[in-house]
Amino acid sequence: MYEIIVVGGGHAGCEAAHAAAKKGHKTLLITSNIKNIADMPCNPHIGGSAKGIVVREIDALGGIMGKVADKTHLQIKMLNSAKGPAVQSLRAQGDKIAYPKEMMNVLNSLENLEIREGMVEDLIVEDNKVKGIILEDGERIESKIVVLTTGTYLKADILVGNTRTRQGPHGEKPSNHLSDKLKEYGFTIKRLKTGTPQRIDRKTIDFSKTRVEPGDDKYLTFSFDLEPQYKIEDQIPCHLTYTTEETHRIIRENLNKSSMYGALDDIEGIGPRYCPSIEDKVVRFSDKERHQLFIEPESRYYDDMYLQGFSTSMPPEVQELMVHSLPGFEHAKILKYGYAIEYDAIYPTQLKASLETKVLENLFTAGQINGTSGYEEAACQGLMAGINASLKLEGKEPLVLKRNEAYIGVLIDDLITKGIRDPYRLLTSRAEFRLLLRSDNADLRLRRHGYEVGLINEEQIERLNKKEKDIQECLEWAREQKLKVTEEVKKEFQKNHFSVPTATFSFEQLLGRPEITVEFLEQFQTFPYNQEIKEQVEIYLKYKGYIEKSYKEAEKMLKLEKKQIPEDIDYDKVNNIASEARQKLKEVRPTTIAQAIRISGVNPSDISILSVYLKKEYGKDE
Amino acid sequence: MNDTICAIATSQGVGAIAIIRVSGEEAINIVNKIFKGKDLTKVESHSINYGHIVDGNEQIDEVLVSVMRSPRTYTAEDTVEINTHGGIAPTNKVLELLLENGCRIAEPGEFTKRAFLNGRIDLLEAEAVMDMIDAKTENQRKMALNQIGGKTSQLINELRSDMVQIISNINVNIDYPEYDDVDIITNEILVPKIAKLKDKIKKILKESENGKMIKNGIKTSIIGRPNVGKSSLLNALLEEDKAIVTDIAGTTRDIVEGQININGILLNMIDTAGIRKTDDIIEAIGVEKSLKIMEESDLILFMLNNNETITEDIKELLDKIEGKNYIILINKNDLETKINRNELNVDKNRIINLSITEGKGIEELKNKIIELFNIEAIETKDPTYLSNARSISILKRCLKRIEEIEQSLNNNMPIDMIELDIKNIWEELGKINGSSYEEELLDEMFSRFCLGK
Repeated sequence: MYEIIVVGGGHAGCEAAHAAAKKGHKTLLITSNIKNIADMPCNPHIGGSAKGIVVREIDALGGIMGKVADKTHLQIKMLNSAKGPAVQSLRAQGDKIAYPKEMMNVLNSLENLEIREGMVEDLIVEDNKVKGIILEDGERIESKIVVLTTGTYLKADILVGNTRTRQGPHGEKPSNHLSDKLKEYGFTIKRLKTGTPQRIDRKTIDFSKTRVEPGDDKYLTFSFDLEPQYKIEDQIPCHLTYTTEETHRIIRENLNKSSMYGALDDIEGIGPRYCPSIEDKVVRFSDKERHQLFIEPESRYYDDMYLQGFSTSMPPEVQELMVHSLPGFEHAKILKYGYAIEYDAIYPTQLKASLETKVLENLFTAGQINGTSGYEEAACQGLMAGINASLKLEGKEPLVLKRNEAYIGVLIDDLITKGIRDPYRLLTSRAEFRLLLRSDNADLRLRRHGYEVGLINEEQIERLNKKEKDIQECLEWAREQKLKVTEEVKKEFQKNHFSVPTATFSFEQLLGRPEITVEFLEQFQTFPYNQEIKEQVEIYLKYKGYIEKSYKEAEKMLKLEKKQIPEDIDYDKVNNIASEARQKLKEVRPTTIAQAIRISGVNPSDISILSVYLKKEYGKDE
Repeated sequence: MNDTICAIATSQGVGAIAIIRVSGEEAINIVNKIFKGKDLTKVESHSINYGHIVDGNEQIDEVLVSVMRSPRTYTAEDTVEINTHGGIAPTNKVLELLLENGCRIAEPGEFTKRAFLNGRIDLLEAEAVMDMIDAKTENQRKMALNQIGGKTSQLINELRSDMVQIISNINVNIDYPEYDDVDIITNEILVPKIAKLKDKIKKILKESENGKMIKNGIKTSIIGRPNVGKSSLLNALLEEDKAIVTDIAGTTRDIVEGQININGILLNMIDTAGIRKTDDIIEAIGVEKSLKIMEESDLILFMLNNNETITEDIKELLDKIEGKNYIILINKNDLETKINRNELNVDKNRIINLSITEGKGIEELKNKIIELFNIEAIETKDPTYLSNARSISILKRCLKRIEEIEQSLNNNMPIDMIELDIKNIWEELGKINGSSYEEELLDEMFSRFCLGK
């Protein structure tokens, strides 16, 4: 018998299986097709705004996505490098062949992990407890815990023009019954939709009509443990092109042939707001003369180019016209047409913060089945589900990351508290404490958690301890170090158009000035610390006011997080709560007052009534 | 909050009718027990029913009873209103009967509190209702009405919608850095936008100061040496408007000597250590205390005697008066001029010659006050400003933050840092009418900008 079964081999499934097996639990990863493990069925990049920070967080906690990406990417860059440190985020162009291959190497190296093929169509359930899975041929496999990471495969339908075909990405067979079974067990199921653009043969694109988008000329890694595994000059560029007036005309004239615009009349799925199809863009933003398209390589090993920004559900013959209207694509060969895909997800307010479901004990879910979109969003949930499934087996409290600790915490709290309207994507703007949740400090925020749950080893944690110590020392050093305004110093300041200091200031004070960097000061005095430490010190001193403000705000929230709401509370007994709020509270069943406040439809007056009730009924302190 | 409350809803005293309001789960049952007429538990909601209030067999009053069932009532609870024939005795008798049958007397503001707690009205509205109940002038009533109707909310919402556009644009720049067809908000672009926001907030604050004036009146003190005619002035001002001369406690520790209504604005004459009794304020309380009173007043009526030279202590006070709202009144112009007006180092426009004994100059004084506080302008437009202390203090905090943003822009802080400050203000403003909501921002982002894979 297995301790943990992970259903699905996508980015969530890989992280979940890895975490569980690495923590020493006998784990089975079951997938419908082993060849598709760690597949990237949509865009080929990993990271991006906010998402890149999540990959860093996964690495800090002991997950694997960052390391696998570091070893295999085609190019990497730091987004927003001209902006403040809080919004900088890594983005790599993944290799769709090398990435899954490297992931398989990692998984195969795990002693406690077994991988097999099989289509799961039901769960073994007794007394609202999950005890294993049932395959389509009726085979039963028992386990103490099941983690569902089924991606888009629940009742997946591919939509192209006026056709609807029951299949997953790559024409794979989907799971036809699992979502119905879940419904029977009491889950609310929501239908979602997403789409993907065409793949174009690299050899048929005239790149001279496009703009080159290279990787950064500075070495970068997602992982806190790896040295760069690539050469800057070997990076493969992306390219940029634009739609034309002709493209828009073709789309407008053929609009009724698009699945989404009437060719299919049975679409229930709700598509992502942030990811509209090209039809949507042309219709909704009709005043725009052109739309940007990115041409992204999918792999070093084959010729498919991903046409980001051109996602569509038009029939193939219209897609041909559309693609050929693009500059550089006059003779382009389409290797794979764009399509939309509809699939079932469970409504995520049915989850606890540990990602265990409230409906069935010992069942955890992660990734697109929870209504999210994106590889990184899936991977981090998989990691947390894997960790918390293991902790449950070990009889320990779950690891719940708070909103001021990690984007992962923001994502899971949003899911279980606010639910979803459309596939959920992480955005910088969702994090109220984004200044604390930076790419550069993910290890400082999370490594210790990773160590406590057993995914980070002694050597890694010692490195972290040393880093923390060095930062403190460097801060003290900067406080002591003074800059005398000599003629030479004065000249340098003037040369850079900086106002010359009127007295002798400490490095700490000088770094507080927006224009003065460590690099500038090092002309006069070298900092006896490495780059990583200098970066932390500079960020802290430069944005101290803002950072301290964020800490204060976070503290306020944490105070409310401490106000627990008993699990057995009966909201029907709380008088005078507005009926919409009552319904929402019953649905979400928040565990703290802070969480209750975040529920949309619950107003401050409801919160005060709830607080009074808790005090009266449970003697809880305000 | 499960008990049923009752109170006389109209002002106490002799009126044509009086209304007693009952609210709570048992409201209908309780009134039904003392009502002779239709069975109130069976009548339609929002109906008016004729009958009698009875105490056993004794008929107390002929009444009309409105029955309104939850939730479409003021408190969102079952509510009954009994219209009686005014008069203190019968009204009190009805109230007593209600209390005997299970009601409890409502605390001041409790109906509104219930409406708020039951989610019927938001905080701003609740505050406005309380203001309405206390309204003494037509302007106060109008302002309270406007807040209930959400006009103030609209003002705040306008401000917030300006901000959310900036915020969402910056957020799109952050989250979609590779899209070159989205406007890039830079510090340079932001400077004039922030200046505009600052102006708007300042304007609301300025008007809110007026609002405060409408609501709380103008705290007015009369300063002057003994026998200069302070009490005569007070009497002369109060003369025409005897009806509202009352000895009521003011909002703070001041004793309001009397209230004068000038074009709908109340002048609260504060009794500076009993002007009328001692009539020698400066001697009695000294220069220092006089200064303190001047400091705390919205309007200083500084009285001098035409028949006297200016003394040193008066000079000392006058030196400190600049920058305040003051009017210099030179009284006793019917007597020989001994004062040297050239010694007065004050705005000559603010000097008025009086002769209270001859009744001269009072009208001029009133006009000057109207001019000084721009009361005419207030009168002619809708008073839509914030009038409660909580909202004003939030707005002031926002103004301070805006000034910090200007500083940060000057210092070339990265735009995403500045966005944090703007978002903070946006959220603070939302607290005024309770509309802080993240989803609002996301909607703005995705409806205005064209993004996607």
